[in-house]
Amino acid sequence: MTGLPMSPPPGRPKEGSLPLGGKARSAKGALIGPPPGRPKEGSLPLGGTARSAKGALMSPPPGRPKEGSLPLGGTARSAKGAPTSTLSVRVWRGGAEGAGGRFVTYKVPRVPAQTVLDVVTHIQRRIDATLAYRFACRVGMCGSCAMTVNGRARWTCRTHVQTVAGDGALEIAPLAHLPVIRDLVTDMGEFFDKWARAKGQFVPTATRHDDFATIAPASQERRAVDAAIECIGCGVCYASCDVVRWNPAYLGPAALNRAWTLVNDPRDGAHNQRLAAVAGDAGCHACHTHQSCTDRCPKQLSPTASIASLKRKAAFAAMTGAIQ
Amino acid sequence: MNASAIRRNDWRARGHAGWWAFAVHRISGLGLAVFLPAHFLVLGQALTGAEALDSVLAWTERPLVKMSEIALVFLLAVHLGGGLRLLLAEFGGWRAAWQPALIAAAGGIATLCALLFALNLA
Amino acid sequence: MTPARRQSLLWLAQRGSAVVLALCVVVHVATMIVAVRGGLTAAEILGRTRGSVAWAAFYGLFVLGVAIHAPIGLRTILAEVRGGHARGIDAAMLAFAAGLLALGLRAIFAVTTGSAP
Repeated sequence: MTGLPMSPPPGRPKEGSLPLGGKARSAKGALIGPPPGRPKEGSLPLGGTARSAKGALMSPPPGRPKEGSLPLGGTARSAKGAPTSTLSVRVWRGGAEGAGGRFVTYKVPRVPAQTVLDVVTHIQRRIDATLAYRFACRVGMCGSCAMTVNGRARWTCRTHVQTVAGDGALEIAPLAHLPVIRDLVTDMGEFFDKWARAKGQFVPTATRHDDFATIAPASQERRAVDAAIECIGCGVCYASCDVVRWNPAYLGPAALNRAWTLVNDPRDGAHNQRLAAVAGDAGCHACHTHQSCTDRCPKQLSPTASIASLKRKAAFAAMTGAIQ
Repeated sequence: MNASAIRRNDWRARGHAGWWAFAVHRISGLGLAVFLPAHFLVLGQALTGAEALDSVLAWTERPLVKMSEIALVFLLAVHLGGGLRLLLAEFGGWRAAWQPALIAAAGGIATLCALLFALNLA
Repeated sequence: MTPARRQSLLWLAQRGSAVVLALCVVVHVATMIVAVRGGLTAAEILGRTRGSVAWAAFYGLFVLGVAIHAPIGLRTILAEVRGGHARGIDAAMLAFAAGLLALGLRAIFAVTTGSAP
């Protein structure tokens, strides 16, 4: 009633009941020791390891810790300290300053629902902080984490270890056909340069004074664009294409696929120049329909289909003189 | 920035249906292109008369040559089958669902042709 | 002619000849399966082809198609092996086409002219 804080009720405060958090203290202010027995998992207010009244570390409860229950993450270990299951992971290291690379083997604990990106992250955070790799969204939207996993290009955030490493062996390398900057990081410059060379950019014709363009969603052109427009430039198709390997100048599936979407855009103003750009010596005609790009595309696109159609369009453009 | 060597794929990236279709198409095309001049030369022997052609044809009775002929029939038929699949893709529109079936059909029909030819040889 | 135009027209020629060859090959494979019984003799071939305008026309079309189709296909393979297109490859393929045409027409002449044995 006088406004002074009232002293806490006698006896040990209930767990989590102190309004500002903080440690349980007796009426005289002395720290009250923790309740006897092992603290419940996750109940220690500041995290930290369970300790006995004398301060000694208490051993973990018997049996395998529940997934995700270890407060600092870390490996599930038996009472004697042995990990319960391990992956043997070969990772491509090196390539810095022009030096050659080689595979280095790491042992990574296996956890359910683990992705290859989880594995790479574990190595970098807990084993070797010098490992260089790319990722961003880690949920299969950005394409940054594309690498070669057991010989095939894929998104590591969307690749479950279970799917590719049933026997516990994993091999992770950078994408093929691109210069390696270091470890798992490639220089994607050439990939996007070819995009530009294929005239993969929209060239506008309308001005602010013109009316909106009308594109019927069900039209053949719009449907063709819809089928190919979702490309996010991850480079998996480029890394999978043997023609890219054989012909260094080949524009590649992604660039040609993007060009196809623009060829079908009636608003675009560079139709003939684009066809001329994609039909050259290292253009769409170099595609041999291996379908590796279509086989590996994480967005289920078919650059093979786009390129086949580009060949047809270019041929008719040449016949009519649109390509000189 | 110094960029290191470029990595390349190995056999694990290949071996899917479309890749095999390409490999067979290329090998068959090469085989046929190499065979054709010989084929024309042999037939041209008839210029000097049927006997000249017969003597060459007798040479082809050898088992190894007979097996090559059967193989050539297969190469021709499979090249045709694969080529039709490509023509369909480029002019008829790509149907992803049809690809494995078309590849299998090309291989199957070519094998049938080669078998029929082989049986007739006997 | 720009590379783009050349590539596009060659592609068209190859696909066009492919359609013609598809029909010819079907006839040719069928003929081989039906006609080759227990081996082949000159008499069997010539008995069919000698003096036949139809066979001459058919094989003439066949040879023309092959002379267009095969060199264009080989051109691509050579360019890939070499690591890029080159004038030398184009010249070689033109020569190959001419050779196929010459040898093929000679063969047709050989089996269609003269009287049956």
